[in-house]
Amino acid sequence: MARTKVYVPRETAACSVGADDVAVAIARASKERGSDIQLVRNGSWGASWLEPLVEVEVGEQRIAYANVEPGDVAGLFDAGFLTGGEHAKRQGPVNEIPYLVNQERWTFFRCGLIEALSLEHFRATSGFAGLEKAFEIGGEAVAQAVLDSGLRGRGGAAFPAGIKWQTVRNAEGTQKYIACNADEGDSGTFSDRMLMEGDPYGLIEAMAIAGFAVGASKGYIYLRSEYPLTHKILSKALAVARDAGWLGHDIQGSGFDFDIELHLGAGSYVCGEETAMLESLEGRRGIVRSKPPLPALSGLFGKPTLVHNVVTLASVPNIVRLGAERYAGFGEGRSKGTLAFQLAGNVKRGGLVEKAFGITLRQLIEDFGGGTASGRPVKAVQVGGPLGAYIPAEQLDLPMDYEAFIKAGAMIGHGGIVVFDDLANMARMARFAMEFCAIESCGKCTPCRIGSTRGVEVIDRMIAGENRDENYDLLVDLCDTMESASLCAMGGMTPYPVRSVLKYFAEDFAPRQGGDA
Amino acid sequence: MSNGHGNGYDADITASIVSRFDARPEQLIQILHGVVERFGYVPEAAIRQLAEALNLSRADVHGVVSYYHDFLTGKPGRHRVKICQAEACQAMGSHELTAHATGSLGMALHETKDDITLEPVYCLGNCACSPAVMIGDRVYGRVTAERFDELIGGLEGND
Repeated sequence: MARTKVYVPRETAACSVGADDVAVAIARASKERGSDIQLVRNGSWGASWLEPLVEVEVGEQRIAYANVEPGDVAGLFDAGFLTGGEHAKRQGPVNEIPYLVNQERWTFFRCGLIEALSLEHFRATSGFAGLEKAFEIGGEAVAQAVLDSGLRGRGGAAFPAGIKWQTVRNAEGTQKYIACNADEGDSGTFSDRMLMEGDPYGLIEAMAIAGFAVGASKGYIYLRSEYPLTHKILSKALAVARDAGWLGHDIQGSGFDFDIELHLGAGSYVCGEETAMLESLEGRRGIVRSKPPLPALSGLFGKPTLVHNVVTLASVPNIVRLGAERYAGFGEGRSKGTLAFQLAGNVKRGGLVEKAFGITLRQLIEDFGGGTASGRPVKAVQVGGPLGAYIPAEQLDLPMDYEAFIKAGAMIGHGGIVVFDDLANMARMARFAMEFCAIESCGKCTPCRIGSTRGVEVIDRMIAGENRDENYDLLVDLCDTMESASLCAMGGMTPYPVRSVLKYFAEDFAPRQGGDA
Repeated sequence: MSNGHGNGYDADITASIVSRFDARPEQLIQILHGVVERFGYVPEAAIRQLAEALNLSRADVHGVVSYYHDFLTGKPGRHRVKICQAEACQAMGSHELTAHATGSLGMALHETKDDITLEPVYCLGNCACSPAVMIGDRVYGRVTAERFDELIGGLEGND
């Protein structure tokens, strides 16, 4: 009889709530009880609220048990979980959990499904089929497919990816680079991390396709140092892929050379800005560069460089394999395809939800998220990280669409959605936006470097109730200056959350009752 | 946790880290990570040595060291305890958790006491399991005040 497969995710969120301890407890208990199991460390499906989510393969199905703690393991064995036995934590088959069933998994279809580091599992789920197809149809057709798919940069700027690909492809130069931005610093976002931990070969394949299409022989992954487990998994995946001939010289006899170097960031938010990232990759302070020149023409070490976020790249293998039309069939207007939304903060069912554009914030927060974790009413939602606006509860019917968000003075960014309940003090969040900018500003331009510190001071005076009207005008003026005169989005967009608080939550600036402010 | 405590600075170790990266100046940040892994921080002597080995000015190396939060120039405690202060964790009570931590440990953020250095961090990417804490290279989620005390207690027990 084949050994029973037991899946325990090896992914940061799952491990942060005890998945490693659960894996150890299961291994120990199975040994003691003489049951023959095979422990598989998969990625996470993204239902973080159910982690640690343990699955047992029973026939064709994988039966899920949620929020498993090491102390539950003996009881699970007693309940016969190796044959799918009944237990208070049993969720039924994993592919029937509504949170997962109701998604449209394009980029994340392998996450949770496979053992992340198994090249065999990866190959068995169409792994490298996109790269093989790319070799077959040629670089120009690949770049065209990316353009036709309507894919836009998922890092935040939402620039059409295909235009970048064609620009780098057509750029003069014998040495070109792929630079993968894995400096996922926005609060409320973790999709890059989940992809790299759950499907690392998927990213490697994507970068190889990009290299092939634009004529680059070298790729870099710039990974933030706050992701140590991701670093371990990616390092291992790169070594395995290299050994198996999927990286390096003459990949699979195609004549195409491509390799990837993994670089660790060192705790700087602004290094997620593409030019600061390039500076950091060159070993320097992460100071933003002026544009032009565009990185596509003069990027890393002055060479044409295709810079993309992890999720943008990872969307490509399926576009090449299944066709641009399939991808463009998702979404609406100019927001084509799917986005991996991330439900975070004060939300009952936090995690990753990959859906076509067009879904509303309310559907995400209520239908998927189940409302707040505290059970209190939603007060505000910050979409798009620390530079994104706070959206009031009345506007939750806003569709997730790049243009609709811009019209509402907000941005989708990297798709992070942070929920706050009615106890949140939004003046404090506006202050934090300025404070964060002051801490993380690279210091190159004055509006960002100095403006953020002045912003904190003005907000402090407003909260203290000093000359409220005057300080209000001053803050608006400061926001105008930062927005129009900063070199990059750090200073240029810090006013977004601040302005949204002024607009929708001005009452939070009032001194608190009892005179404690 | 391998913040090589009790060892003094060893120039040979730094030299071997440099050679692992072929003394390429663009690898400075990776090399500094290696130094921090071994010594827990970037000693002044390492800055001089790296400048020479990589053919950079001391100002260049110092500039990089001072720019990035990861590169401390003073010796931290054996355990670097980081509490996330970013928005998603704030929405789940990270202010209160931080107040609990500073109160129970009797130290402010950025301070070192006994074996512990307490630091703020801005997003650990664990935002669906907020609030989050990182100790060494391990991330913990859904950290309550009680859980925090357990984690700290566990550290002391492991000394």
